[in-house]
Amino acid sequence: MSVTIHIPTPLRSYAGGQAEVAVDAATVGDALRALAGQYPSLTRHLYTDAGVLRSFVNVFVNDTNARELAGEATAVAPGDSLMIIPAIAGGRP
Amino acid sequence: MTALLDPRVATEAALTPGEIRRYSRHLILPEVGMEGQKKLKTSRVLMVGAGGLGSPIGLYLAAAGVGTLGVVEFDVVDESNLQRQLLYGQSSVGRSKLEAAAERLSDINPYVKIEPHAVRLSSENALELFRGYDLVVDGTDNFPTRYLVNDACVMTGKPNVYGSIFRFEGQVSVFWGAQGPCYRCLFPEPPPPGLVPSCAEGGVLGVLPGIIGALQANEVVKLLLGIGEPLIGRLVLFDALRLKFRELKLKKNPECPLCSEHPTLTQLIDYEQFCGLGPSEAAEEMGIETEELPWEVTSLELKAWLDDGRDLVLLDVRNPPELAICRIDGSRFLPLPELPERAAELDGEQGRLIVAYCHGGVRSLKAAQYLRARGFGKVVSLAGGIDAWSRHVDPRVPRY
Repeated sequence: MSVTIHIPTPLRSYAGGQAEVAVDAATVGDALRALAGQYPSLTRHLYTDAGVLRSFVNVFVNDTNARELAGEATAVAPGDSLMIIPAIAGGRP
Repeated sequence: MTALLDPRVATEAALTPGEIRRYSRHLILPEVGMEGQKKLKTSRVLMVGAGGLGSPIGLYLAAAGVGTLGVVEFDVVDESNLQRQLLYGQSSVGRSKLEAAAERLSDINPYVKIEPHAVRLSSENALELFRGYDLVVDGTDNFPTRYLVNDACVMTGKPNVYGSIFRFEGQVSVFWGAQGPCYRCLFPEPPPPGLVPSCAEGGVLGVLPGIIGALQANEVVKLLLGIGEPLIGRLVLFDALRLKFRELKLKKNPECPLCSEHPTLTQLIDYEQFCGLGPSEAAEEMGIETEELPWEVTSLELKAWLDDGRDLVLLDVRNPPELAICRIDGSRFLPLPELPERAAELDGEQGRLIVAYCHGGVRSLKAAQYLRARGFGKVVSLAGGIDAWSRHVDPRVPRY
């Protein structure tokens, strides 16, 4: 079951420059783990050292925040799109 | 949506013949008309930041006839601002942004009253400042100020017209705790420093703040006029490279510490600390402890080491486009994002002193931390990066 994960610009350099990655997954959590499996350097941007999804990482299933659904357990179907929404602030380093 | 402005105030206002000529294209729009234009005239908008986003916001709001435009800004115009900050020109370089912006905005529309606030927005001044305006437009460039703007807006009941940019991507929304979600409903906590690159590291397409700032100005005008569908409870994402807009639904977080029914956050906090930017937190976040070898070397120290013929490896961890601008001769190049996968390439250098550098010294400090954690014993970061090298050691290296 292939779902498309949209990678935001700030994270693309950790995902081989890809804007979209297709993974086989049945839930949001599966999809993110599959993504991190393909691109290990993304892992620390998505998960804490304890393996918990970082609180500032927002994942939207189509146009709805997974937090408002079942979080990482939210089921995904083929053709669904997942978007990782990063917090971006602008210029100051 | 309840009206933002008290309609009685606008009814009492009057437009001069000059204003009627100036605003004629608004006045013949039924959705604006004389009544709407008077609303704009009596409205008070506070812009936080007069940079990339603030430029189009200010230019359009002044042109539209927003009666009072407050501007919070304390920076000075730098040459590198001119690629995107259209409020300023070559002649403004070195001037206070606030003064230059006030002149430009008054020239666009002398009917607009500009209220300059030459302060850094802080937990001490934000609430009082915000109370004097109908709404606040967030054109800031960093997480601490974004959380401060959001929190102070919720506490004072003001809408926060939000826009943010990075490289080729932008976000726009209207966060208004009284009517919908706030910024904290979406991002309860900021990312720790170091996990999200800044525009100064990652760059930003000059047109992008023009587009995002114009969208913010559009939302401001709609909110003031009370027309259309404001961007409350929706987040618009813009991708300039693919020219795609996406819209996501945002809901109020019932457990939001700020805007839920039972808030736990009822006064402003220390936002630098909250965003992990306090000195101790920054060091802790980056795992920095006191050790024998310092973490940083100054450009002058590095110059002395090189002059002494000390054995060391110069490691450039910037991104490829930056390498095309300039480099320090004799450097190895390994961009920070590729370091985890390619660190093994440096195994042959084990035991040698590695001096990592980037543009300003933040990424190279991360690289040093990463490499030390991987067992490279002697890694330091060039403080101030290649920029400091150019300023203090080799002026032939162009600054960017």
